[in-house]
Amino acid sequence: MNVSTETNRGVVIVFVKEERLDAHNSEELKAELNRIFEGGSRDVIVDLKQVRFIDSSGLGVLVSGFKNASTRQGALKLSALQTQVKSMFELTRLHRVFDIFSSADDALDSF
Amino acid sequence: MKHDISLDITIPNQTRYLSMIGRIGESMAKEIDCTEDDRESLAYQLTIVLTEALVNAIKHANHADPNKEVHIRINMNDKELAIRVYDSGCGFDLNSISSPCFDACALEDTGRGIFIIRSLMDSVEYKRANGGNVLEMKKQLP
Repeated sequence: MNVSTETNRGVVIVFVKEERLDAHNSEELKAELNRIFEGGSRDVIVDLKQVRFIDSSGLGVLVSGFKNASTRQGALKLSALQTQVKSMFELTRLHRVFDIFSSADDALDSF
Repeated sequence: MKHDISLDITIPNQTRYLSMIGRIGESMAKEIDCTEDDRESLAYQLTIVLTEALVNAIKHANHADPNKEVHIRINMNDKELAIRVYDSGCGFDLNSISSPCFDACALEDTGRGIFIIRSLMDSVEYKRANGGNVLEMKKQLP
C-alpha cells in the first residue's frame, strides 16, 4: 500500500495514496497504524483525499485504529473524504463515530 | 438500455482481483439509461456490492484457499440488475447474520459486508447451487 506519514504538533498524519481501500490492501494500513501506535503516538489523522472507493474491510481497519487510539486516550480523525466514500460512512452510521474534517489542516487544528 | 447484458466471469479465489471486477461493474453501470447522478450512484453501488460479495466468497465461503475459484454472473436489462456470486464452500445461514452494532461503545471491526449489500439491493438470497452456494442479489433499476 502506498502511504506517506508526517508528524505535526505531535499528531501523525497518514496520507493514503491509493484509489481503493479494500480487503486487498487494508491490512497494510492496519499494520501501519499499529506501528504508529506502538511507537508511542496516540493522535492520528488518516487523510483519504486520494481514496475513491472504500469497502467494509477498509472501514473496519479505520474502526480498529479508532479503538486503538481511544484505548490510549488519543484520537483517530479523518480528513478529505470524497463524496462516495463519505456515503459509505453514512450508510454504516460510522459518520457518527468519527470526527471527519474537510482537510488534514482542519483536522490538525482540532487537536 | 437497448439490449440485455449478461456477463460470466471466473476469477481465482484471491482479493487481488477485486479492483478488476469493480472496474467491470462500473463500466456496466455506464450502460444504464438514467440520469447522470443516478448512473454515478449505481456505478458505485454496483462496485461496492460486487466487492463485498466477492470478499464474502473468497475469505469466508472459500476460506481464502487460493486454489479455489469464484464465479460471478451479472445480468442487466432495462428493469433489473441481478448479480450472482458462486462459491464452493460449505455455506452459511444468511439469516443468522445480524446488522452491525451502531453504538460507538460496542464498535466491531468486522460484520458490515452483508449489511451493506442488504442496504443497497432489493433482495438478497444465499442458497445451494452447482455443488456449492450462490449469493443472489437483485435490484430494480430506475
